[in-house]
Amino acid sequence: MTSAEAVALPSSEDVDVPGPAPAAPKQSSGRRALTPYLFLSPTLVLLIGLMAVPIAMVIAYSFMKRAITNPDTSFVGLDNYLAVIQDPSFTVSLVNTLIFCAVSVVAHFVIGLAFALLLNSDLVPVGLRVAFRAILILPWLFTVAVTAVLWRMLLSPNGVINYLATNAGVVGAPIEWLSSADLALPAITFINIWCGYPFFMISLLAGLQGIPQDLYEAAKVDGAGPVAQFVSVTLPQLRPVIISMALLDFIWTSQQFALIWMTTGGGPINATEVLSTFTYKLAFASYDFAEASASAVIVLLLSTILAVLYVRHQRAKE
Amino acid sequence: MSTTATIPRRRRIHGRRRVAQVCAVIGLFLGGLFAGLPILWMLSSSFKSNTEIFEQPPRLITENFSLDAYVTILTDPVKVRFFINSYVVAIAVSLLSLAVASFGAYALSRFEFPFKKQINVLIISVQAVPPITLLIPYFGLVVFLGIYNSYAGLILTYMVFVLPYAIIMLTGYFNTLPRELDEAVAVDGGGRVTTLVRILMPISLPGMVSVGVYTFMIAWNEYIFALTLTRTDDMRTVPIGIQLLMGQHSYNWNEMMAMSVLGCIPVLILFLIFQRYFMSGMTAGAVKV
Repeated sequence: MTSAEAVALPSSEDVDVPGPAPAAPKQSSGRRALTPYLFLSPTLVLLIGLMAVPIAMVIAYSFMKRAITNPDTSFVGLDNYLAVIQDPSFTVSLVNTLIFCAVSVVAHFVIGLAFALLLNSDLVPVGLRVAFRAILILPWLFTVAVTAVLWRMLLSPNGVINYLATNAGVVGAPIEWLSSADLALPAITFINIWCGYPFFMISLLAGLQGIPQDLYEAAKVDGAGPVAQFVSVTLPQLRPVIISMALLDFIWTSQQFALIWMTTGGGPINATEVLSTFTYKLAFASYDFAEASASAVIVLLLSTILAVLYVRHQRAKE
Repeated sequence: MSTTATIPRRRRIHGRRRVAQVCAVIGLFLGGLFAGLPILWMLSSSFKSNTEIFEQPPRLITENFSLDAYVTILTDPVKVRFFINSYVVAIAVSLLSLAVASFGAYALSRFEFPFKKQINVLIISVQAVPPITLLIPYFGLVVFLGIYNSYAGLILTYMVFVLPYAIIMLTGYFNTLPRELDEAVAVDGGGRVTTLVRILMPISLPGMVSVGVYTFMIAWNEYIFALTLTRTDDMRTVPIGIQLLMGQHSYNWNEMMAMSVLGCIPVLILFLIFQRYFMSGMTAGAVKV
């Protein structure tokens, strides 16, 4: 839909509707009914063509014997799903994804809230608050690829973290954080916490600034101290924001791929394998597109549950 | 928190407030270290030699400051190409999605029509579709359409991901603008497209800017589709370039850090300039949706 073309047409109510000259009011009202769809058409073409169609495709693949690689495909029912669910790596990925998400979301919330409270506090001079807000938001602005490379350097056996940890006596000898079976998952979770908390922080800060001051005044009159005010005014007022953020963050974190792929690749031996890396490997390392599709559909179903919760929560708020 | 501020009568409260102030500043400072030190380390490493990066004890400020790593990257046509690709794709995605989203948002803001609710739900729910689910069919689709390993493949893909946010944001902006504006344009003989392009879009500049910056960031940072939908070095974007560097030169850390710094600069600059617009847009989008 080119605007220049439409603007050049003789102007009338429904100028942007292509077709013969305006006629009877009946017809014109029919065209007017079409107008919103015309405005929406580029969006709908993109969303249907590149969202609805691909989802239908992946669901179809997941019921086929050999998708993409072999044109001679046949319907195999739930075989691919059974194969995926019975794969021990899938169970490990599912558990890892849950741990990775739960810990990340809780930490994002706690750190985000702590920083938001500090940035909103009148105990700190305004200039300092503005400066720190810019610094504290930085990790969020970094490309995942950069975050991954940076932390690989910091966490390498002869990197800064190990130097500090050994000198402080926390660990005896330098540790291979990202290639240790026990520490790799905590390490990537930590990196994900580092780069994800600012989103919570900014949203909670906005939430804090939206709390009416008279609520605090009233609480003070009732003799509430800072802690009581926080529990009885701040938290209840932030509740809707917190739930929205937590659900969104859970959805996004469960879809995290790049960070894990570029730091550990899912290793060592599945220690950091999550649903996205598991699915990716099935498709683009084993070229088993049918099973990968089944796995991708399972991921979609899990995300849908979260999304439904999110939409319901948004509706309830309104 | 702010309780003691308004009733500072007694000295004991004064003292307590002092302590709280000191604690708050210390807290912020520690937070600043947590957020900023890794970034400073990246910056400092990009000016070091490769051997100096892992020197013990580590030093934040190098004595042998050198721009060699930057020179190596900026004189290597393969690596410069990664940056050009990222700029082309990110700018195209921003402009195209602004155009498409403005039209969509106009319809959703100004009209009542059948299936409006369903279309709204479609737009919102698209945001929750996991990229990994779409990756496999996209691979097939993009090859089928003949746009594998091309800008078009990446641009179309990214547009689908940023459109929902853009439409929701712009619909919100348009909703705040009075309909009398549209009517005034109609009286002057302007059509709907004129109203949108000449009036609503310019007035919503803060919203347009925050959506543009956001879409640029998403496109600039995207990894998994850039990895899967391109094949040759001349089509790779910066995130993939950084990863290629990591695989190729068995860890030229200073070059990787220099490339990382260069890879962050456009987003940081955009963010610094448009911080105010962007923050309000971001939080509005996140909190309301």
